Amino acid sequence: MRFQDYDCETFYDEWMAAPGKPRPEASLLVRMLESLPAGELQRRQLAAERAFLVMGITFAVYGHRDGAEKVWPFDLLPRLVIMDEWERIDRGLRQRIQTLNLFLNDIYHTQRIVRDGIIPEEVIRTAKSFRPECIGLRPPAGIWAHITGTDLVRDRDGKMYVLEDNLRCPSGVSYVLENRQVMKRTFPQVFQASRVLPVDDYPSRLLDTLQFVAPMSARNPRVAVLTPGVFNSAYFEHSFLARQMGVELVEGRDLHVDGGRVFMRTTRGLERVDVIYRRIDDDFLDPRVFRPDSMLGVPGLMKAYMEGKVTLVNAPGTGVADDKVVYAYVPKMIKYYLGEEPILPNVPTYLCWEKKDLDYILGHLDELVVKAANESGGYGMLIGPHSTKEQQGEFADKIKAAPRNYIAQPTLGLSRVPTLVDGKLEGRHVDLRPYILYGREIYVQPGGLTRVALKKGSLVVNSSQGGGSKDTWVLPAPPPQAVDGLDVRTPITMGAQ
Amino acid sequence: MLSRSADAIYWIGRYMERAESIARFIDVNLNLALDLPPGTQEQWKPLVGTTGDLYRFLERFDTTTRETVIEFLAFDVDNANSIYSCLRGARENARAVRDVISSDMWEHLNATYLQVSDEGARGRARHSSYQFFSEVKLAGRTFEGLTDDTMSHGESWNFCRLGRMLERSDKIARILDLKHFLSNGKTSSGALDDIEWSAVLQSASALELYRKRHGRLIKERIVEFLLLDREFPRSVHFCLVGAEEALHEITGTAIGTFRIPAEQRLGQLRSELAFARAEEILEQGLHETIDAIQLKLNLAGDAITNAFFIAAPLYSA
Repeated sequence: MRFQDYDCETFYDEWMAAPGKPRPEASLLVRMLESLPAGELQRRQLAAERAFLVMGITFAVYGHRDGAEKVWPFDLLPRLVIMDEWERIDRGLRQRIQTLNLFLNDIYHTQRIVRDGIIPEEVIRTAKSFRPECIGLRPPAGIWAHITGTDLVRDRDGKMYVLEDNLRCPSGVSYVLENRQVMKRTFPQVFQASRVLPVDDYPSRLLDTLQFVAPMSARNPRVAVLTPGVFNSAYFEHSFLARQMGVELVEGRDLHVDGGRVFMRTTRGLERVDVIYRRIDDDFLDPRVFRPDSMLGVPGLMKAYMEGKVTLVNAPGTGVADDKVVYAYVPKMIKYYLGEEPILPNVPTYLCWEKKDLDYILGHLDELVVKAANESGGYGMLIGPHSTKEQQGEFADKIKAAPRNYIAQPTLGLSRVPTLVDGKLEGRHVDLRPYILYGREIYVQPGGLTRVALKKGSLVVNSSQGGGSKDTWVLPAPPPQAVDGLDVRTPITMGAQ
Repeated sequence: MLSRSADAIYWIGRYMERAESIARFIDVNLNLALDLPPGTQEQWKPLVGTTGDLYRFLERFDTTTRETVIEFLAFDVDNANSIYSCLRGARENARAVRDVISSDMWEHLNATYLQVSDEGARGRARHSSYQFFSEVKLAGRTFEGLTDDTMSHGESWNFCRLGRMLERSDKIARILDLKHFLSNGKTSSGALDDIEWSAVLQSASALELYRKRHGRLIKERIVEFLLLDREFPRSVHFCLVGAEEALHEITGTAIGTFRIPAEQRLGQLRSELAFARAEEILEQGLHETIDAIQLKLNLAGDAITNAFFIAAPLYSA
């Protein structure tokens, strides 16, 4: 496996400072890979894929007939982040999550930020994910978004930007934990020598967070994870987290509201639930309040929540801070609520509903990325440089018809990480989603999920659109250049645990 | 535990046992084929008769050959009781209760499913039948071992055991009944009779134990061994004792007493067998007795479903 021919092109490469010149944090891995016998890396890659299949770490593919599951593609070569940079990311994320929670609390109460003219009233009123049902709500400890997965990207200039705040039901953290298990087994010596910061305590921290926000009346709070069921694409993660926390995994039909309290139907009758980590969208939570046709939710759940009998995590209504137009105002929010400068910048964002921006957007559709304000998963998106004239025309019409529903950003040259492609190493674009928990304190999981666009040249990293994942190593310092007694060629046998 | 989870894990127990039992049925014939005198025709129709799915089989296949029967019993996606369907059912239930079962159980179950649903599985079942179905049986045994070894022996484990034991009672009775279908109601000649009986015993993993206990193959003693024996771990009586233990550990009611219909029905059937004699059973007709046992097992199964899975209790404990 040679790095000689590895081409960084015009992008920022997370491993290589220049062709043939690894960054200090990557040099141990580069040396290890270069010393592997031909075919060895592919062999380990296959073993890792087999391990995922046997462990059943799969996601359901929508639109396929029942039982269709895929292993989410995983690439063995990790993304590396050195501690100095990580500390800044960590501080930036804390600042951001604190701000967003202050914003949510404000927006469902006095709307000070609107009255002070920082955010136009219209932006809030027209956000699809704003829930008037939540006005006046006081969630325990004043926390609305307990679990966040913020998407970060690095542009050509090497600078990190916040691309999206995912405040609804961000998924993927189970892959962080499982990828790490597989990596430890695949590259044990290098892993150990690198002193990678651990991610494994996420489930116990998650449980702490959930129990911390239980209703005051619950002495020994009982937690449950609420899933839409086995056919949901993230079902594996739901069951994984429930298992890791040792709590019940429930579906809507397992829950029952009686006398204002929420119960699970068990073999011994009804048992109370105090905290629900819900992995279903607001819309489906409670057919009495939101979509009446929802079969996934629990009638009466919202009432029990509003009365403080049960805690929902994240709180309903947090999606408003996820709206891509609201996103554009986050830097202003940080200044407004905390009086601080944003540590992590936003990607510059043009708002279609502002006349000046709109004209610019329509004139530059071939350069910009256009996103629907309220979509996720890579759906409803136009990537200008990769689009046809017809697609641009289509989007121009859509934008003009509903300017509030779209935003545009410059097309970033996302940074790349070496990736194993057909037996060779090639750069592939990545983003980074660290997970943040907000309970008694704020916890930022060191690293997070690195998603990688496996198609050559593609910038879309979503699992539904041909993306895969990588482990993310936060390194306290660049690892030593060599490791005593390290025979990096030792084959490692892998299989199910 | 959640009613839905209890339901799922009970069915994991049943489906895994069912998949293994079908491999055992097929095994009877594979054993027979090896021992039959040259020139004797292999009989595959009785096998389908035993499973109770003959009608469904005839809807889909014209002839009862080794190929069609193995296809139907092992791989047929449209046969809800094929090995493949059972493993898929077990796996889907396991996915729904990944939080209840251990990772070892899940990974083993998943690997077994992948093995049987693999493209090469049909070829292996045809060319190395004996080995293929031995592997399925062994996978079932391993799953039981993992269940006993990696799950805490509480309520969910007991639901799994309850499902497994009820299913096993049913299937052991059917294996015994296979002799009835093989002989087609007639009495076979001495040599053939012995071959058929030993194939039946072997498929229930009972041949060696039977020989130790009774020596010669005698119909009365075989019936007694497979239905009534107190020590042979696959006898119907032994399995019902296990099922009853599991049920009473779930409910907390003392064995020998009952509070709910499920306990009553299971207890009645178990004590019926506890006080039965093989000679009397043969007088009344073995096939008829086995039919009656299966009917009662079904009633007990229905009562269990009503008590724990369906009637979602609307009162607070």
